[in-house]
Amino acid sequence: MANIRQIRRRIRGVQSTAKITRAMEMIATSKMRRAQEAGVAGRPYDEKIRQVISALAALPQAGGAPHPLLQRRPVGRIAVVHITPDRGLCGGLNANLNRTTASFLLEQTVPVTLITVGRKGNEFMRRTGREIRAEFARIGDRPSLMDTLPISRIVIDDYSSGLVDMVYLVFSRFVTTMTQTPVLEQLLPIEPLELPAMQNVEYIYEPDSEVVLGELLPRFVEMEVYHAVLESIASEQSARMVAMRNATESAKELIEDLTLMYNKARQESITTELLDIAGGAAALK
Amino acid sequence: MTIRLDIVTAEHLVFSDDVDIVVAPGIDGELAILPHHAPLMTMLQPGELRVRKGGEETFMAITGGFLEVRPDRVTILADAAERAEDIDAARAEEAKRRAEARLSGKLTDADMVRAEAALRRSLIRLRVAEKRRRRRAEL
Repeated sequence: MANIRQIRRRIRGVQSTAKITRAMEMIATSKMRRAQEAGVAGRPYDEKIRQVISALAALPQAGGAPHPLLQRRPVGRIAVVHITPDRGLCGGLNANLNRTTASFLLEQTVPVTLITVGRKGNEFMRRTGREIRAEFARIGDRPSLMDTLPISRIVIDDYSSGLVDMVYLVFSRFVTTMTQTPVLEQLLPIEPLELPAMQNVEYIYEPDSEVVLGELLPRFVEMEVYHAVLESIASEQSARMVAMRNATESAKELIEDLTLMYNKARQESITTELLDIAGGAAALK
Repeated sequence: MTIRLDIVTAEHLVFSDDVDIVVAPGIDGELAILPHHAPLMTMLQPGELRVRKGGEETFMAITGGFLEVRPDRVTILADAAERAEDIDAARAEEAKRRAEARLSGKLTDADMVRAEAALRRSLIRLRVAEKRRRRRAEL
């Protein structure tokens, strides 16, 4: 019967889909672990740089004016660094990120320039006809700090040259394997008060505190961008892992249902055949 | 008497151990740090870092960063730190060639500065790797 063949073909199709989703789940799991490790590995550097900046920013400045990256000024233009994955198949991750940025954009009264990192966010922003200052894609699954430096470079340059007066980062925070939340964070100007204060140590600064601070601040920005990218990768992989696990499970359920249907149809056809033969034999008598 | 030395980069912890002395390329010249040094925060210039523990001396190439000293510990926030054994001499050689090629061509000022910095970095890597090789030959 044609119906039986159709069901069998369907089962085979679902089985091969399940194989693919299962493989994707395993790949995402290992990539997620690596991204998490990379995030943890950079933590000592991050903590130290925060401590030193908060201590330095608290010092009275000899020249009077604070460092440009710390200086708050009237906001005429905002920049948003929109960090998303390059690929889909990761549940609602991309949609959530795009929604976060989009609703932020709608609230603004001043013009906003966008810097997109990752193909998914870029496609979305292009569709909505937003002005895109720079786009980065194919950062990869294991970026080094070097790979993210161009992003921080453009942010720092635009801010220093007065093109933008405020910079936000939008990325997906990795909370747990099951939860990733899109967050919007202020990157520039740096708010040293929000950084944890350091124990009271009187340092000797070489060459002097202002130069050290001036050198540290851009590195801090680079670090923040790098971390946001790492978090975003960890989120992407864990979201994909969960999405693929669900897909594999649904496929299994579907296979069970189909198998039951298949067996019923097979049984039915055997029964009809038997009836036919019995009927034919009876007619001959 | 030892002092704790941690060398961290943005990507990972490169080195962590109790050592006897740290000699680092500070921005105003080379400085040696022994236990109980006064709290200090200094920038580093590209150069080599020497660490002694027991009788053994370790060399590392450093391309700049910051050095923080507290009474019982030294933390180096390195832009990039490579242990001598990790340095791929061939790669450093290659980078040096690239930088030299760039220097010989016509360049803007900013490119020039960058090329010079690249050249300096690769020369340091080569020097540290060279030292390592010689020590190995002596053993």
